[in-house]
Amino acid sequence: MTATAHMQPAVTTAPPNVADHVREYLSRVRGGDIGALPAVLGLIVLCAVFATLRPAFLSTVNFANLFAQGAAVAIIAMGLVFVLLIGEIDLSAGFASGVCASVLAILLSTYGLPWYVAVLAAIGTGVAIGLVLGFLVAKVGIPSFVVTLAAFLAFQGVVLLLLEEGKNIAVRDDVVLAVANRNLPPPLGWALAVLGVGGYALAQLVRLRTRQRRGLVTDPLLVVVARIAMVAAVVAAAVYLLNLERSRNTLITSLKGVPVVVPLIVVLLLVWSFVLSRTAYGRHIYAVGGNVEAARRAGINTDRIRISAFVICSGMAAVGGIVAASRASSVDPNTGGSNVLLYAVGAAVIGGTSLFGGKGRALDAVLGGAVVAVIINGMGLMGYSSGVKYVVTGAVLLLAAGVDALSRRRAAATGNR
Amino acid sequence: MAATPLLELRGIDKSFGPVQVLRDVDLLVPPGEVTALVGDNGAGKSTLVKCVSGIYSADAGELFFDGTPVTINGPRDAAALGIEIVYQDLALCDNLDVVQNMFLGREKRTGLVLDEPTMEQLAAKTLAELSVRTVKSLRQHVSSLSGGQRQTVALAKAVLWESRLVILDEPTAALGVAQTAQVLELVRRMADNGLAVVLISHNMNDVFAVSDRIAALYLGRMVAQVRTADVTHAQVVELITSGRSGSLGLAAEGAAADEYGPDGALR
Repeated sequence: MTATAHMQPAVTTAPPNVADHVREYLSRVRGGDIGALPAVLGLIVLCAVFATLRPAFLSTVNFANLFAQGAAVAIIAMGLVFVLLIGEIDLSAGFASGVCASVLAILLSTYGLPWYVAVLAAIGTGVAIGLVLGFLVAKVGIPSFVVTLAAFLAFQGVVLLLLEEGKNIAVRDDVVLAVANRNLPPPLGWALAVLGVGGYALAQLVRLRTRQRRGLVTDPLLVVVARIAMVAAVVAAAVYLLNLERSRNTLITSLKGVPVVVPLIVVLLLVWSFVLSRTAYGRHIYAVGGNVEAARRAGINTDRIRISAFVICSGMAAVGGIVAASRASSVDPNTGGSNVLLYAVGAAVIGGTSLFGGKGRALDAVLGGAVVAVIINGMGLMGYSSGVKYVVTGAVLLLAAGVDALSRRRAAATGNR
Repeated sequence: MAATPLLELRGIDKSFGPVQVLRDVDLLVPPGEVTALVGDNGAGKSTLVKCVSGIYSADAGELFFDGTPVTINGPRDAAALGIEIVYQDLALCDNLDVVQNMFLGREKRTGLVLDEPTMEQLAAKTLAELSVRTVKSLRQHVSSLSGGQRQTVALAKAVLWESRLVILDEPTAALGVAQTAQVLELVRRMADNGLAVVLISHNMNDVFAVSDRIAALYLGRMVAQVRTADVTHAQVVELITSGRSGSLGLAAEGAAADEYGPDGALR
């Protein structure tokens, strides 16, 4: 340690300073702690490029479309963050969502059960899948890569068996269809936005006050206010745009309002962010991902943590499957298949979740999911073939993983993370 | 020597199959003092510590804590008695900050939610009590700390839990000169605050710099427990390497060779 650090008291209670805060942030970024920066920058660059090449990209219809397109991937990615945090991988999340969607469709259409029974059964199926995967990884000790690769193949078959060799089952339940296809009435959209931003502001300010009263180091008030203002601006802009009329012909139908799937994603994001950052369970997830041995010696039941991460991942895959089924209004053997899993892993990694474990947030999945959705959407507008889309998405995933690995190396070199 | 030792071991035996690692080991650990546990590789230091921490159970022998006989069946029992062990590494999560590491597995919470302000205050208080000035921010990740700072955090973590006996396994093995001095200073302060400290070390300089008493293990036997002030550097080295030094250690030369020579070589 240097001599200057010796001079510092154990706890700094000096008044927080905006300039220091910015300087500290910049030094963290230089030290490899880039967080969601690549995702945010990537999002801006991609939007700018697509908007220049295809003005239709900026239309309100397309903006609303992005949410529906990215929702399932972002939700599956949120679950994957948990598995990635403990340093494992779940390659079966895509087809797990397909299995759960099949269960939903069969219960709804073939057995005519009410939507809530079908939804609960689908999520229950996901939880059961997660329990089995987690048990095999944590208790039996098979590497997660192998377990979930086997499950990837097996679930592909299970979907075929459930759908009787590839039948397409239509989903006609109004509630399930509403998830990815309906919009909130504009006033309700505004009300939820005000509620959300107000709640966020209140939580931030209460936290600041509590820490100040206890004499702990706080972020500068200005930074906190700026953060709140930024969230408010983004939310207000999004709600305003989504509340504009999107219908080509208002005489036939009116199409406006925030898609129902948006509040669903926001609620899931809030719940999982709370779990990860404010509960002991979340702390233990990070501990297991950072150093299993230290976690075990601290008295944490590491096996239980690992199993629970797989349960959350497969459970969220089920929710993603429900959203996908709702969007397609049907379930077929390809639901959750092809590139859904890679998109989801890509979303988590692009958002800043490390493939090496111990680093990531639920927000990463949403930001990364937005990047993935913009790429799919923009490339579609440009009229590229699916061949080009696959190549580009693969390249972006590789790029994100490369950024992750390099920032990790940089972090190791500067003793930062 | 203090009136009642905090920890007393009597006649501890431990074998792994045919290999007897500890033979009739006695050990006294008084509070407020640093007891250095020295011995060559394979002398049984780690095994002895693991018997105390509940990772191994001894085959024979008694364990007294604060004058009362106790049995320790696992790390949780040891923690409940107030025994904390600081391992050379493996103790901290790089991706968590100082406060998060100090409270790992024993987080303070109000209801479901973590009580971060209280944890931060307690961590700050503990570091202040130990006069730690080297850790700049309690919210910096442990990965950004130097080796000495990490060891400091690990020690502070042990102190935080109202522990009464802290066992340090080679705390300075990976540290530079200045950092070693800092950690030793901290070890001294922990003992001065009334804790019983057991310091496992290979480094004679460390042992003489900080310890009040030295317990030397030789091929699974406790050959001497002496006050540091009463022995010389050379005597301790002799105790470690040959089990005897003048009037200290194993009595008869022949007996020692006969009894321990062959299977000692296996270890």
